[in-house]
Amino acid sequence: MRWGCFLFSLLAVAALLLVGAPSAANKSDDPFAEARAAMVRAVAETTEETAEWLGKTALAPRVMEAMGRVPRHLFVPPDLQDMGYLNRPLPIGYGQTISQPYIVALMTDLLEPEPGDVAFELGTGSSYQAAVLAELVSEVYTVEIVPPLAESATERLETLGYDNVTVRAGDGYHGWPEHAPFDIIVVTAAASHVPPPLIAQLKPGGRMVIPVGSPFLTQHLLLVEKGGDGTVTSRQILPVIFVPLTGGH
Amino acid sequence: MAGEGAHSLSRPGVFIAVALLSAGVLGYEILLARLLAIVHWHHFAYMIIAVALLGFGAAGSLVAVFQRPLLARFRWTFGIAALGFGAGAPLAFALAQSLPFNALEIAWDRAQPAWLFALYLVLSLPFLSAALALALAFRAHAARAGALYRMDLVGAGLGALGMVFLLDALPLADALRAVGVLGAASGGIVLLWGRAHRLARGGALLAVAAGLALPAALPDDWLRPHPSPYKGLSLALTAPDARIVAERHGPLGWITAVESPAVPFRHAPGLSLLAPSGPPEQIGLFTDGGAPSAITPANADLRYLEAETAALPYHLIERPRVLVLGAGGGAEVLRALHHHARAVDAVELNPDVLALVREVLADTPGAAWEGGSVRTHVADARSFAARSSDQWDLIQIALVDSFSAAAAGVHALDESLLYTVEAFETFLDRLAPGGVLAVTRWLKLPPRDSLKLLWTARRALEARGVADPASRLAMIRGWKTTTLVIGSGHFGDDAITRLRAFADAYAFDLVWHPGLGESDANRHNRLAQPEFHRGAAAILGPDPEDFAARYKFALRPATDDRPFFFHSLKWATLPELLALRAQGGLPLVEWGFVILVATLVQGAIAATLLILLPLLALRTPRASDTPTPPRWRVVVFFASLGLAFLFIEIAFMQRFAVFLGHPLYAIAVVLAGLLVFAGLGAGATDRLARLAGGRPPITLAAGGIIVVGGAYIGLLPWVFDAAQGWPVAARIAAALALLGPIGFLLGMPFPLGLKALGARAPALVPWAWGINACASVVSASLATFIALHVGFTPVLGCAFVLYAFAATVTPWRVRR
Repeated sequence: MRWGCFLFSLLAVAALLLVGAPSAANKSDDPFAEARAAMVRAVAETTEETAEWLGKTALAPRVMEAMGRVPRHLFVPPDLQDMGYLNRPLPIGYGQTISQPYIVALMTDLLEPEPGDVAFELGTGSSYQAAVLAELVSEVYTVEIVPPLAESATERLETLGYDNVTVRAGDGYHGWPEHAPFDIIVVTAAASHVPPPLIAQLKPGGRMVIPVGSPFLTQHLLLVEKGGDGTVTSRQILPVIFVPLTGGH
Repeated sequence: MAGEGAHSLSRPGVFIAVALLSAGVLGYEILLARLLAIVHWHHFAYMIIAVALLGFGAAGSLVAVFQRPLLARFRWTFGIAALGFGAGAPLAFALAQSLPFNALEIAWDRAQPAWLFALYLVLSLPFLSAALALALAFRAHAARAGALYRMDLVGAGLGALGMVFLLDALPLADALRAVGVLGAASGGIVLLWGRAHRLARGGALLAVAAGLALPAALPDDWLRPHPSPYKGLSLALTAPDARIVAERHGPLGWITAVESPAVPFRHAPGLSLLAPSGPPEQIGLFTDGGAPSAITPANADLRYLEAETAALPYHLIERPRVLVLGAGGGAEVLRALHHHARAVDAVELNPDVLALVREVLADTPGAAWEGGSVRTHVADARSFAARSSDQWDLIQIALVDSFSAAAAGVHALDESLLYTVEAFETFLDRLAPGGVLAVTRWLKLPPRDSLKLLWTARRALEARGVADPASRLAMIRGWKTTTLVIGSGHFGDDAITRLRAFADAYAFDLVWHPGLGESDANRHNRLAQPEFHRGAAAILGPDPEDFAARYKFALRPATDDRPFFFHSLKWATLPELLALRAQGGLPLVEWGFVILVATLVQGAIAATLLILLPLLALRTPRASDTPTPPRWRVVVFFASLGLAFLFIEIAFMQRFAVFLGHPLYAIAVVLAGLLVFAGLGAGATDRLARLAGGRPPITLAAGGIIVVGGAYIGLLPWVFDAAQGWPVAARIAAALALLGPIGFLLGMPFPLGLKALGARAPALVPWAWGINACASVVSASLATFIALHVGFTPVLGCAFVLYAFAATVTPWRVRR
């Protein structure tokens, strides 16, 4: 009896979170709806805990709604589906990972996506980040080095109905000049530097995010902003609450 | 005693077999460290081997409990155990690398600790097998413990030396097979030595043939290390058409060059966001499948080299004579040439790297950068500078290690003699008037390494009598790297103007220059607060100690005695970081440190169990009417010796590293040298006993170690200073001459104890042997742990105390 109440309240919270987001996740026949809602709550809690560092207590509601809609379990290998909504990175093969949901949410929030934006992504990987962006902007162009990953991403996004994402296999170093300039650029492939062509293809007023670290550990996020006059500045954002650096004796 | 007669027949054979087996075990240990560093990461390699070595302790316990049946068939048990090591060594590695252990996922995935445990078990089996044979031999020949220990240690020393050469000469898979052959030969000698029944001889021959055939029959692919899919090399090879175009392997690592025509390799760490163009198409360069860097052709478009923080010194000095420390794929050499350096001396530790770069660039005319005004030197950077009498306008310490390792904190416990106060002093001495020492490092958040570097520079300048070090320092940061410049004179207005112009042009931020204000320090790569500048101002201010005490990370400069530049974790901060796991606290944890502590804890628990468990089953049959020594004395005595021997070995390897000039010489000369000398000392224990007259010989040996070792603490720096300029052969000879006396003495206490114990309670011999083995294993991580907190000199001090302690608790000093 008590268990039933608990389940009911979980569902109620999930439903509340997902109001205004009509998609597969809302359907009662989605066995992962509850897990997804729990994941979104975990992201919200982590954000709240890191509020002091991030300068805000919550991420943009649009971003959180998108996180609540994209079926992450379909972006991980079939044998890891049960772990698809844990707030942790997971291996997807070829030495790549699908990022921790908190990091994806934070990155997406930093990009401040608008409905009319055009986005470019270097490093499709699982295509989860592309799908989250696809929920929020008008077009997403993404390039993946590993051909089998590019193929499976294309297939997956098509099946899920993300017709505003274009995946290409190949070298993304030179961006995608035919669709440039971009309002948003994400560089998820571990890179020693930000390719200069990508900075050139960022629209004045545009934003670029790069996670810095190793496959299972994001060290910090680099946010590159291009001003209206073309000046480029960057911010380094540690996803960790870590103030003050100097305590008492 | 059962079986005593049977095995005494084969004594000469057993002694040779023990030497061969010891050589195999030490060779395997060194080889396994190489192999696992390629498959996983080297800190995990270190931990896995340290735990697997506890197989030695387990063997001591097993022999202690089952000695009667094992001794009764000594020839067979020794032979089969040695053969088991020979076959098991390659097989265990093949099996270990097929286990799905992923070191990176260990904090996220609950199954990973179980896989790690499986890895320990698999790799401990060959050690267990070899140690069974060795412990049995010591049990059977306790009366001749000195002579047997001599064979054991000399074999081990030659095994270490031999493996250093084998790693250069053979592919890794064949080196594994060679270890297998040593095991098979050891078992074969004991099984086939002397007379035996025809049937038994046939069986023995068959077993030896099988032991020899198995390693040879194992497929190359099983024995070749396959790097984790998350390592740089594996990732690079996922690109279409990417392939390894050249590779070299040697004791310093497996170096590979990767060409990737479809998705060209481009490496420009921390390139300015305002760089007009990126690097040209390069060849990827990997060490042990990780640490990505690049080989750049000299005739390519090199303008990107102007847009990295490391280009700063070229804006302070014109047309310098440059010393590049860490030539690697050539980025710093090319940067010097691109900025019109008059001449470049490039130092590289690993000859294989230079050879590979030469090979890769040979095909393209104009691509090679060696020759002309560039001279390359194979040497350790620090020793090269110490031995040189030249002066340079710019000494550039290249950014040669991998970022992903640094970012994930994997680097934490690498000892480095490059970033110590003494090293900076040496480099400053080699600067021409008006010259600059430049150090580029990865940027870490929150600021750690960069503040530590500033403090290191301050200390070095102060040691050189500079009253106002802050006026000779400047630092800039990009989004991924920082560059520190240390002037041989103070930076004037003109230099500061140029520095600011360079930083502005490429959107780099100012961390420190004389007169820098906070408002100028956080403009391009913005942090929530100008923490770099604030930290720098505090470190260079009147009371850096106070700031460092309050800071959440350890900032104290590394010294030669505590050479842990990459370690900045404070104990007090650890719980906070672990609690922040989900928010990204993990990269700050420094896995090297955690792994060290984990190794120590696992080792201590396992060792305690392995030492205590046999006591439940062990009944001590008395050899004569002599009283049995209390067991606590046996434990304390043999554990003290095990701990102390390794303490001295590790501290001396550290001491001699710079003097010998190459880490390989440190292994070959110090490790092998100490073991062989100790072996000779062990062989001389009977003579020592005669010399001692009525006094216990252990007191003499321990006293000798303390006197000679203590004298070395004061003597060695003086000798090293005087002999630093000698040619390498003379330095090796000097090192051996210094190691001889202490090594000789170090070999004595253990066989003395074993022999005395054998005379009173022979059944306790294998147990004592196991205690010593367990303590040695724990000792390696304990030595590093102590050095990390208080330095290597106290490690030596601890060793002396342990020897003194051992001499007072000798198990045979029991009154009737």
